[in-house]
Amino acid sequence: MEYAFTDEQDQFRDVVRRFLGDRSPTTEVRRLMDTAEGYDAAVWQQLADDLALTGIHIPETYGGAGFGPVELCIAMEEQGRALLCAPYFSSCVLAAGAILHAAEDDQKANLLPAIASGQTRAALAVTEPNGRWSTSGIQALATRTGNGWVIDGEKSYVIDGCSAQQLIVVARTAGSTGDAGLSFFTVDPDATGVTRTALATMDATRKQAKVVFSRAPAELLGQPGAGAEPLSRTLDLAAIALANEMVGGAQALLDSAVAYANIRVQFGRAIGSFQAIKHKCADMLLDVELAKSAAYYAAQAAAEGDPQTPGLAAMAKAAAADAYMRTAANTIQIHGGIGFTWDNDTHLWFKRAKSSEVLFGDPTYHRELMLQRLEA
Amino acid sequence: MSEANENDAAFEVRAWLKANWNPEQSLIDWRTKLADSGWGMPHWPKQWHGRGLPVRMLPAINDEFVAVGAVGAAATGPRILASVTLLEHASDAIKQRFLRRIITGEDGWCQLFSEPGSGSDLAGATTRADFDGTQWVINGQKVWNTSAHHADYGLLVARTDWDAPKHQGLSYFVIDMRQPGVQVLPLKQMNGHASFNQVFFTDAKIPADWIVGTKNNGWAVAMTTLAHERRPAVGVAGVSGEGRTGRAYAEARVEAEIANEPYKWYPQRAGRVDLVVTRAKKTGAWNDPVVRQEIARLLTMSRSTNWMARRAAAAQRIGKPQGPEGSLGKLAGSNVARQASHVHTLITGAESMLTGHDSPLDGIIAEILVSVPATSIAGGTDEIQRNIIGERVLGLPKDPRSDAGPFRDIPRNV
Repeated sequence: MEYAFTDEQDQFRDVVRRFLGDRSPTTEVRRLMDTAEGYDAAVWQQLADDLALTGIHIPETYGGAGFGPVELCIAMEEQGRALLCAPYFSSCVLAAGAILHAAEDDQKANLLPAIASGQTRAALAVTEPNGRWSTSGIQALATRTGNGWVIDGEKSYVIDGCSAQQLIVVARTAGSTGDAGLSFFTVDPDATGVTRTALATMDATRKQAKVVFSRAPAELLGQPGAGAEPLSRTLDLAAIALANEMVGGAQALLDSAVAYANIRVQFGRAIGSFQAIKHKCADMLLDVELAKSAAYYAAQAAAEGDPQTPGLAAMAKAAAADAYMRTAANTIQIHGGIGFTWDNDTHLWFKRAKSSEVLFGDPTYHRELMLQRLEA
Repeated sequence: MSEANENDAAFEVRAWLKANWNPEQSLIDWRTKLADSGWGMPHWPKQWHGRGLPVRMLPAINDEFVAVGAVGAAATGPRILASVTLLEHASDAIKQRFLRRIITGEDGWCQLFSEPGSGSDLAGATTRADFDGTQWVINGQKVWNTSAHHADYGLLVARTDWDAPKHQGLSYFVIDMRQPGVQVLPLKQMNGHASFNQVFFTDAKIPADWIVGTKNNGWAVAMTTLAHERRPAVGVAGVSGEGRTGRAYAEARVEAEIANEPYKWYPQRAGRVDLVVTRAKKTGAWNDPVVRQEIARLLTMSRSTNWMARRAAAAQRIGKPQGPEGSLGKLAGSNVARQASHVHTLITGAESMLTGHDSPLDGIIAEILVSVPATSIAGGTDEIQRNIIGERVLGLPKDPRSDAGPFRDIPRNV
């Protein structure tokens, strides 16, 4: 197992950080979070053309850059730090991941190049209004017709579901339960029988949608009824990527808390000289560094095909979610009254932290998963 | 002359070991050869019983010791602290007198820093050293002194100037522990062990020239000792005597048993995370969803702490600047130990009230519960760790100090 990033990976991180520092300042975050689509088309194109981020982990055969989970997670961590508003997680991590894990080779060749080039923005629809994260929550029905499939049902919490040009949907055949009978499909979001509604999200920097399918035409992706395993792998990679995004956000918060503790003066001293604040900052640093360790380790495990990856993914997700949320709450606390205002940027990260804490399962859920997977 | 390299050194020591190592000799005979040849402490200067080789060569040399089953020099624990400090700061006369006997193991050492009135605030020491015209006279008390009860010499920090600011009035001495003015008493801890001592000085004597460094510069010397206290020992360890037949091995076993005795409970102090899952499965707590959450939290903390240490080590190995991950291990370890103690209590239930043979695992569980509180105190409290992290890693401003000016005017414990 590698515990240090290579020089090339450090350089890659620097390039991404500089780009995002330039193109995703909080003024831009605030502008984009007030738009319906929630991203800037020009920045998205640069992300794809200049940095090759959109296909960073997609094999070169399918038009990607051919790197792996470690580089993907570096990209995610930096986006989390800059709070980039872009359909990256939805299209490049979730949808591309689903295609990589579920689809046949010819389907990958057909679908992935457009995602890798940023031309197509796809979204993954798994979770339903019941809000259950396990496969038992999937109730949307896939029915075989004469010349294909149709889907009936309702998906929710679909990240960037309204702006996506392509939907990857997980549905089950009638009469199946749990992991059985699940399949992946591609659905044209503009087809008849597909109705998309934007959800009012607390975290305005990450858009979500409700999508209703009523005999919506769908194309099977991969093998029918064999969706559980690729779904699990897709969600593991997503959990690892999200964990890395979260530690990036947590680091940004910690930096801002420490900077403020250095300049804010009360009782004639910088508040960072009070142990009540200093010790809180030290604990925040420990929290963030431990969560980073778990997030980096899980990314490395995924890159090396370690059989423990599913358990490590759950551990990383739980650790990062808790650390991010605590860091966000403490950063507001250290800022005092001004930290609770709309004009102060802290709440932008706080809301991403809250949303990420719950997305794909809260820390309690992931800790239980982790124990089942690592210590069975 | 080419740069010394690992292969040359390995080749040379291999031949030397072949000619000199033999497990049937006495430990003292063997270590005399180590001191004479310089292979016991190859990274020490040639002049002082070493070979002047770079530290990076030690693993390759140690491999040769292990290959033939040779025992290493005696410089373990407090002896290492003594040797690094003396090598860096002591006069040639002191080096001449003590360094060789550290390698051979003829002398045992102890550290005499902490006092009842100054723990975290080490520079507040009030043990006094007064010069009577011919020698130093020592009065006061030290505490938490591992191995003091069988040490021949101590590393002593004592106050030599009460009018100077606190850090500038301390001096560093070597003291003969076997004299009438030095009384060593065991200090019994809340877990029942007595791994440390209290040392009382009543007109104890130190020769005029047994000062290490210069008068009133003891704080800087103490920093050298402390810097090595938490660092893993650097040297050629060779093999232990465990499970081997031969006179040198037998003597090494006895030596190790005495040296390791104070540390028997240290694994319990760290929380024994390794026992948790097996114990939970055995007691049935494994099926309790609340306990499972706490176990998962513990394993997450424990593994992440381990990975953080590996990140620091990996970065150091490839020459990257040290990141914050290298400064957080002690504080992380305290959190792990506390959570482990909590989880052991959840798993153990009513039996957590029992101790000794009535406690599970023949008392190990009870020993965990009553030893963990030491983790966040020994070697720097959590609070001091947070100050260090806040100030040195995060760059936050220091607390305004209220202990400037002449030491005698500063409020202190009575």
